[in-house]
Amino acid sequence: MPLELIVAGVMLVALNFFALSGGADYGGGVWDLFARGPRAKAQRALIAGAIGPVWEANHVWMILVVVVLFTGFPVAFAAIATALHIPLTLVLIGIVLRGAAFTFRSYDSQRDHVQRRWSYVFSISSLITPVLLGVTVGALSAGAIRVDHGVVTTGFFQWVARFPFAVGVFALVLFAFLAAVYLALEASDVELKEDFRRRALIAGVCVGVMALVVFLLASSDAPKVRAGLSASVFALPLHGATALCAVGAFATLWLRKYAAARIFAALQVSLILWGWALAQYPCIVAPDVTIESAAAPAATLRFLVLALASGAVLLFPSLYYLMKVFKGKPI
Amino acid sequence: MENLLAARAQMGMALGFHIVFAAAGIALPLLMVIAEWRWLMTGREVYLTLAKRWAKGAAILFAVGAVSGTVLSFELGLLWPTFMGYSGAIIGMPFSLEGFAFFTEAIFLGIYLYGWKRVPPLAHWLSGVAVAFSGMISGVFVVIANAWMNCPRGFEMDVTHGTAVNIDPVAAMLNPMAFSQCLHMTIAAYAATGFLAAGVHAFFLLRNRNDEFHRCALGIALSVGGIAAILQPISGDLSAQAVAKYQPAKLAAMEGLFKTQTRAPLCIGGIPDEAARETKYCIEIPGGLSFLAYHDFNAEVKGLDAFPREHWPNPLIVHLSFQAMVGLGTLMMLVGAWGALAFLRTRKLPDGTWYLRTLLVVAPAGMIALEAGWFVTEFGRQPWIVQGVMLTKDAVTPMPGLTVTFLFFTGLYLALSAMVVWLLVRQFKGGDTETRGHGDAVSLDSHA
Repeated sequence: MPLELIVAGVMLVALNFFALSGGADYGGGVWDLFARGPRAKAQRALIAGAIGPVWEANHVWMILVVVVLFTGFPVAFAAIATALHIPLTLVLIGIVLRGAAFTFRSYDSQRDHVQRRWSYVFSISSLITPVLLGVTVGALSAGAIRVDHGVVTTGFFQWVARFPFAVGVFALVLFAFLAAVYLALEASDVELKEDFRRRALIAGVCVGVMALVVFLLASSDAPKVRAGLSASVFALPLHGATALCAVGAFATLWLRKYAAARIFAALQVSLILWGWALAQYPCIVAPDVTIESAAAPAATLRFLVLALASGAVLLFPSLYYLMKVFKGKPI
Repeated sequence: MENLLAARAQMGMALGFHIVFAAAGIALPLLMVIAEWRWLMTGREVYLTLAKRWAKGAAILFAVGAVSGTVLSFELGLLWPTFMGYSGAIIGMPFSLEGFAFFTEAIFLGIYLYGWKRVPPLAHWLSGVAVAFSGMISGVFVVIANAWMNCPRGFEMDVTHGTAVNIDPVAAMLNPMAFSQCLHMTIAAYAATGFLAAGVHAFFLLRNRNDEFHRCALGIALSVGGIAAILQPISGDLSAQAVAKYQPAKLAAMEGLFKTQTRAPLCIGGIPDEAARETKYCIEIPGGLSFLAYHDFNAEVKGLDAFPREHWPNPLIVHLSFQAMVGLGTLMMLVGAWGALAFLRTRKLPDGTWYLRTLLVVAPAGMIALEAGWFVTEFGRQPWIVQGVMLTKDAVTPMPGLTVTFLFFTGLYLALSAMVVWLLVRQFKGGDTETRGHGDAVSLDSHA
C-alpha cells in the first residue's frame, strides 16, 4: 500500500476517534444547553462528569489530524488554511471558548448564577463548533474550491453555500445523537436515563433527516461526492451497513438496551464518516488536491508512519488504561 | 494595521501567551511529583495537601495551555500557509511527536487529577512522573522545530520551482541549534515556574513564618527554581556560541554591534541607534563579546555592517530584550545562590525576612526573562521566517483584514488571562466551601 494512503488512512482513523470521543463531548455540551425539567441540574452534572476527565485527551485527536495533515500533505494544508480561513478561525474561537468555559466553570464559585454564565458560553460554543467543522468538511467535498499549483484561486467564501451548511448541521446532530446515547448509558439514575433516551431518539430522527438532506443536496452541489456515494462498489454494502446500524441503534434505544445502543450508534457514525471518505477519495480538496498530488516526499512519509506506529504502541494502552480507570466501574 | 504586521502580532501574542502556560505545564508537574514523593516517604499529610493543591493549579494551567496550543497549531496554517506548504514535510515531524507527548501528558494528568482513590499509590505517583516527563519532552520537540527555523538543515532548495527537495526529516530535527535551544528553554521553564511558585509561598510565609504548608512548598519550589537558575548561565553560554556560528546577524543585533571587529566589546545596557549605527550609553567590556562568542579575546565578531541593510534584525528590540533576559537571569542566579548558601550554612529553609521579600520581588522575573528571550530569538531572526531561506513577508496568508482577527484574539486572550489569574488566586487561598462542587469533575478529593 502506498505510504500516502497509509497516512491518509491514519488521518481518517484519527478523525473517526475524534468523532466518537471529542465529537460526543461537543454533543454533551449541546445537551447542556437543552437541559430542562426537574432534573436539569442533574443532567448538567452528568455531562460535566462524563466530559471532565477526558475532554483534553479526546481533543488531541483533532490536533493529530491537523499535524499529520501538515506533515504528510503540506500543500493540502496550506490550501485548506487559505480557502477555509474564516470557518477555521471560527472553529478555533469555539474551541477556545468551550475549553476555557468548561474549565472555569469547574473551578469557579458553585453559585448558580456564576455556573449559569459559564454554562451558556460552554454550551453555545459546543453547538457552533461542530457546525463549523461540518461546514469545513462539506466545503472540501463541494468542489467549488479550486487550487492551481498550490495557490487557491477561488477566494475565501466558497464555504458559504447550502451543501457545506447542511453538512454542518448534519455533524451537529450526529454528535448530539452520540452524546445522548452515551449519557443514557452512563446515567445511573433511572429517570436521567429516560431523559437521555428521549433525547437520543429525537436526535436519531434528526440524523436520518439530515442524512437525506445532505444526500439530496449532493446531487446538485457536490456531484463528485454524490457519484462516489452511489457508484462505488463499496457504496451499497456501506450504505446497507449504515442503515442496519441506524435501525439497530433505534431498536436497542427503544428497548432500553443502552450498552448495545452505544455500539450501534458508534458504528453508525463511523460508517457515515468512512462512507464520506470513500466518496471523497482520492481527493482531499475536491477536485484539484488529491492524496497523491499533495503528498510529502517518501522520506517524510516513512518517518511519519514509523512515528505514528511507535506512538500508537505507547498511546493505545495508555488510553485504554484511562478509560478503564474511569468508565469501567459505574461512578 | 498592515497585514504582515497584524499576522506577526497575532502569532507573537498567541506564542507569548502560550509560553507561560507551557512553562508551567512543564515544571508544575515536577513540583507536584516531588511533593507526592515526600508524602510517600514521610507520611506527612502536608505534602499530600501540597501535591493536590499544585495538581489543581497544573490542571487549570494545562487546560489553558492546551487550548492556546491548539490555537497555535491552527494559526501556523491560518497565518503562514506558504511557510507550512514549504516546510511542513521538512519540520512537521517534531510537531507530530509533540502531539503524542502531549496526548500522553493529557491522559496521565486525567488519571493523576481524578484517580487519587481509583489507582494504587505507586501507580498514581508514576502517572505524575509520566506527566512531568511527557511535558518536558513535548516542549523539547516544539523547540526543535523552532531551532530548525533558525538553522535550517535536512533539505536542498530547488530555486527554479521554489520548493524543497532531498528532504531528510531526521537531519532537520538534528539541526546544530536544536540541543542548545532545547536545553536553554527547558531549564528556563523550571527556573521561571520555580521562582514564580517560590514568590507566592514567600508571600504567605512573610505573614506567618511557621506555616508548615508554605514552608514545605517553598522548599520544593526554591530547590527546583534555584538549581535551574544557577545552571541557566552555562546553558546561555552554549546558546551564545551557537548563535555566533549560525546566526551572526542575530548576535550582532543582540549585542548592538554595528561594526565588525576583533576584540569585540561586550556592551552592557545601552540603546542601539540604527540611524547612527551605534549603541549609545552602554558599559563596554573590551574583548568581552569575542570571548563569550568564540572563547577567544581576539576573535573577529561580525557586526551588522557585514549584512545587507534589508536583512538586519531590529537591533533596538533585540538588544533591549537580550539585556532584560540576561539581567533578570543573572538576578535569579544570584538569588538562587544566596538561598543555596544559606541552606548549606544553616541546614534549614532560608526564611529570613529580607530573603523572603527578595523572593517576592523576583517572583515574575523568570517569566519576564522567558518572554524577553523569545523576543530575542524571534525578532533576531527577522526578516527571515526560515533563516536564509524564506522571508517572513513571503510566508504570510493572502487573506486580508487580519487586523480584525488580531484585535479579537487579543481581547479574548486578555479576558482569559484575567480569569486564569483570578481562579488561581481563589485556588491558592484554599478555596471556600463553594468550590467543593458536585460531580466527579469537581470533587478532586480536595482536602482544602
